Formats: sequence, C-alpha cells, structure tokens
Amino acid sequence: MDSATAISVEGLSKTYRILRREDLPTTMAEAVKGKVRNSNVKKIAEEFDALHDVSFEVPFGEVVGIIGRNGAGKSTLLKVINRITAPTEGRIELAGRVGSLLEVGTGFHPELTGRENIYLNGTLLGMRRKEIAERFDDIVEFAGTEKFLDTQVKRYSTGMYIRLAFAVAAHLESEILVVDEVLAVGDSDFQAKCLRKMREVARDGRTVMVVSHQLQTVSDLCTSALYMNAGHLQFHGTVEGALEEYKRSFLHTTAAPVSTAQRPGTGELRIQEVSMPNNIVKPGDELVIEYVVGPNPGFGGRYYVSAFIANEDGMVVAQCDSRVRDFYLEPTTENMVRLAVSQPWLKPGTYSVDLFIHTGGHPADIWEQALSFQVLPISPYPFATTPDGTDHGVVFPEFDYS
Amino acid sequence: MANIVITPPGRFAFPKITELWEAREVLYRFGARDVTLRYRQTFLGVAWVVLQPLITALIFTLVFGKVAHLSSGGLPYLVFSFVGLLAWNLFNNIVTRAQQSLVLNRDLVSKVFFPRMLVPLAVIYASLVDLAVSTAFLVVLLVIYGISPGWWVFLYPLWVLMVVTLASAVGLATSALTVRYRDVNYFVPFFLQFLLFASPIAYSVSNIHSQYRWIYDINPLVWLLQEFQWALVHQPAPPAWEIVMSIVLPIGLFVVSAMIFEQMERGFADVI
Repeated sequence: MDSATAISVEGLSKTYRILRREDLPTTMAEAVKGKVRNSNVKKIAEEFDALHDVSFEVPFGEVVGIIGRNGAGKSTLLKVINRITAPTEGRIELAGRVGSLLEVGTGFHPELTGRENIYLNGTLLGMRRKEIAERFDDIVEFAGTEKFLDTQVKRYSTGMYIRLAFAVAAHLESEILVVDEVLAVGDSDFQAKCLRKMREVARDGRTVMVVSHQLQTVSDLCTSALYMNAGHLQFHGTVEGALEEYKRSFLHTTAAPVSTAQRPGTGELRIQEVSMPNNIVKPGDELVIEYVVGPNPGFGGRYYVSAFIANEDGMVVAQCDSRVRDFYLEPTTENMVRLAVSQPWLKPGTYSVDLFIHTGGHPADIWEQALSFQVLPISPYPFATTPDGTDHGVVFPEFDYS
Repeated sequence: MANIVITPPGRFAFPKITELWEAREVLYRFGARDVTLRYRQTFLGVAWVVLQPLITALIFTLVFGKVAHLSSGGLPYLVFSFVGLLAWNLFNNIVTRAQQSLVLNRDLVSKVFFPRMLVPLAVIYASLVDLAVSTAFLVVLLVIYGISPGWWVFLYPLWVLMVVTLASAVGLATSALTVRYRDVNYFVPFFLQFLLFASPIAYSVSNIHSQYRWIYDINPLVWLLQEFQWALVHQPAPPAWEIVMSIVLPIGLFVVSAMIFEQMERGFADVI
C-alpha cells in the first residue's frame, strides 16, 4: 500500500450462515441439544455472500460514492470497514482513523443534555476530551442548537437531533469519514451545509465514503464511485460510469416477450411492435410509449385503445383510455399509436404496461406486460426529508402549500 | 499514523490492550452517563444509594437477628449486615448491570466501533460511586456504635479491587453469552439469589456447621466477605489460603473471561 492510498481492500468476502429457522438455536438448551444429537449430522445451513471477493483502493482526497440496489452489500461493506462486523476473508488496510456516521444519532442518549451528548458521542467516535473541547463551539454553531445545549435531547425536534449528531461526527478529524444515508435528513440549508462540509473534508486531503440512494447526491458530491451488485463490486471508476452501470442493471428485469398468437383477445386486430424510447425515467419525466397496430381491412367500424400502468405489486396506478380523449382509429390501414403521459409523478420502482385494443365487444388484443420501465429513486421535490416524509402513497403528487 | 489492518478473526483472540487504553475515555463517559441518568428525575436522588443497603440491612436484622436469632459474630446485627451488603451490592450491581449492558446498548454495538469490552466494564464506575457513598455512611454507623476498624482497614481498597475483578469476570462472560443466548437473562438472577444466601451477609460464618464448612468455603465471595469484615469491623482474618486465593482466583477468572469475550466479540453485530 503506497502512502497516497487511504483505503485498500483486497479479496474481501463476508459470508453469513443462515440456518433454517427451525434449526436455529436461540436458547442454550437447544444449542446444547443440537451439539449432542447432531454432532455427526451435517447442518443444513445456507450460506449467503453479502460481499464476494471485493477489491479496490481509494486514494486520499477522494469522495467515493457507493451505489447499488437494496441488498447489494453497500452497508455491509461500510460495516466491515468500520470494524463493526468481521470479514470472512480478505484484508483491509486503512491509513488512519475512521470516523463513521452509519446512523445519525447512534450513541445519543435521550435523557442526556445536548452538551453531555456531544461529549459522549464525540468520545465514542474516537475524539479526545481536549479535541472535543476545542471544537465544541464549532460543533454547536454548525448544528445551530446553542439555545438548547442544556436541554435533554429527548425534548429536541428530530431536525435538531440530527443536526447535532451530524455536527459531532463532521468535526471528527479522522483521515477517513464513512457516511451512510444521512443526507436525507434536515432542511435544505442544512443539507447544503453537510455537502459543503464533506467537500471540505476531501479538500483537506482526507477521504470520504458515502452510501446514498439519492443519485443526485452521489453525482453532486462524489469524485469517484463504486457500483455494487449482489455482493460483487461491478464497477469502480467515474461517477458517470457507475451511474450508467446502475441504470443498466434495471434493463435485465424486462419481461420476456409473449408471441402474438399466444396472447388473449379475439385477434381481429393485433399490436405489432411496441417501444418505449426512454424506459428509465425520473418521477416527473414524461412517459412515451409507441406501438403499431396492424391493419384488418375486413373489419368494420372504428376501434380505440387503452393502457394500464401497474406497479410491482400488480396494482394499476393509471389507466389511459383513448375514449376520454376522443381518439379512435380506422382499421383499414396500419396505425402508429403514440401515448404520452406528461406528468405521471410515479414513485420509484418497476412498472409494467398492459396494452389493449377494444372494438366494442370482447377486446381484440390484450397484451399484458407489453413492456416495463423503471422510475429512478430520485425525489421530484425540491427539498429532501427523512424517508417517512415520502414513503406513503402510490404517487408523488404535484402539490403546494400556501 | 499507524495503519489499521482488518482481517478475519483468528482462532484465539487476545484483548488488544493498546486499543482499550486508547478508548479509556469511553469508559469514563459511559460511567458518567450511568451515574447521571440513574438519579435524574428521582426525588430522593443519591439518598437511594444509602437507603437501599440500609433498608436491606434492617430487614436482615429483623428476620435473621431478631426472629431467627442467628449469630453476627459479636457485632451489632445492623453493622454486620451493612458491611456484608457493601461487598455484596458491589458484586451484585456489577454482575447484574454488566450482564445486560451489551443488549441494552444494542444500537451502539451494531452501529459504532469501539472496544465492546468497555460496555460491560463501564458499569464498574457507577457501582464504585455507590460503594463510596455507602462506605461514607458506614463510617457514620461505626461512629454511632463506637466501633473502631483497626489497622487492617488499609487493605480495604485491595478487597474492593478484588470484588470488582471477580464481578467483572462474571459480568464480561455473561454479557457476551447474553448476546447469543437470552437464557442468561433468566439464569443470572437465580444464580445471584442463591449466592446471596450462600454467603455470610445476613449471618456470620460461625453459624455454619463445621461438617459442611468445606463446601461453604468453595465460594470465593465467602473469602472476600470475611476480608471486608476483617478490614472494616475488626473481625478475625480468614485463613491464609483464602487470602491468597481471593487474589489469584479473580485475576485468573478475569483473564479467561476477557479471552472468551474477545472471541465472541466479533460476531456480536451479526447476532445481537
């Protein structure tokens, strides 16, 4: 490891053994019984690789983003680097102290005052009493909680609590700072302050590692990124490259096409090709679906079309029936249909589109899951909040308070 | 700046003394937190420290002294049982609080890195504060009853240290086991209750029939309690082997316990 390297990870693996539920000893009696009885029987344990042969190096002065879907191993990686959980294989070398913000406010005790918690939490993060005393005023100023220093933190608002917790961790002069999903909290001013602070840390030649689901944060803040998938490190390099890999991972989930003849419907008319020019979108982006309906000159009368947009749970979140727009088509020629949903405000996730051709009686064509698209985990709102502020509901409505 | 190297845990783990020393302030902060919290939002505050052993000593005096007429080795029953309770409460508090400490601080154990051993060890601080307050009250009792402790009182800190070492050894091992097996939560109170009555706290050793003395004398608390009474209220010294063993055994147990703890520590975050 040369002197410019802050973090060096080699062949890191973390395997959890998951015993089947009925086999898992949770009481001592069971454990003893299990040992005595099954000493020769092979245990039925499934192994789960949370991290698999991960290697990378991070030089000083970088802000590294770690992105990937849920369960990709991002948080496990941070936990191993933080020495909270031990690796199964491999080796990590860290050139200095590690400060961590795995969950804001861990180590804060609700019954203690702000002042007492600054000292307690600072010490837990590895600061000396003198260090804390020197930075005490900076910490308080950063958090903006001067007036409440001698109030028990259980009486703090969530915002104050989190600001104080972040302030303590941010003032730790560690060579490496590890941050997990903390920027989703506090008001926009405070978020901007946090981002500034992290950039400052990197400018001082220290290293920051950030896990975030907010892709915006990663692209704003990071100088390089790791893309993780199912415990494997799949990409390490530029932020753009990692984001590209991340987006591409959603493409593989598209359902296999069903042949025209197998589809339900009378078959009087059939959809021939379907495409979605942009199937990875942000919540507020326009959705465009284009398809071609084959001709049937022998068919009399007009027809109309419809589309259902369903979420992962199979719940239809939107129906777009052409009748409500007074849109009908003639079957004598081939028709090109373009459906544009200007502001769907969909929540992040995978959606499928079912397409229908109606002639009045039984539908002529029913194409379930004709295509799928992905809404990226980016909040459409100007200000971020804790997850409980956006978790509920099936859509992100366009709203305002006045 | 020294590099930190992280590798998979080996077969035997020895506690890293330098790491513990580096983090010694955590010990103090935890201890101070416990002391502050215990008496915040209480009306009587620190008075509870004295009231608890005093009330227990009064009950013992009534039940064992007045009703059962057990011997207290020539001392006023209240003084005798109060001295016993000093040592007992120190031991009992450390074991009870340490045993639950890791599970109670689950958030810290699964989210922040620091030597985990400091969590159970930090309970010593609050328990020693309790002891100091109770000892001060004992001085008042001794003055009232006109009892002089004698020169051996200078060995008092040593016996306190040995009770702390023994209790920490039990506390470390049980706290680590509690992370894995919650049975320990149920087992420890019974074990402590048994120990309370198997030790000369509510009655003097002279009540034990000489035929059964050898079984009784296996209990290390018997040695330490006699040493407390020797140092504080001028009772006869226990046999030499007990004095030697009361120093060797706690230290030995502590080393073994610390190794068991260290071995289990790295899996804590995965199972807690």
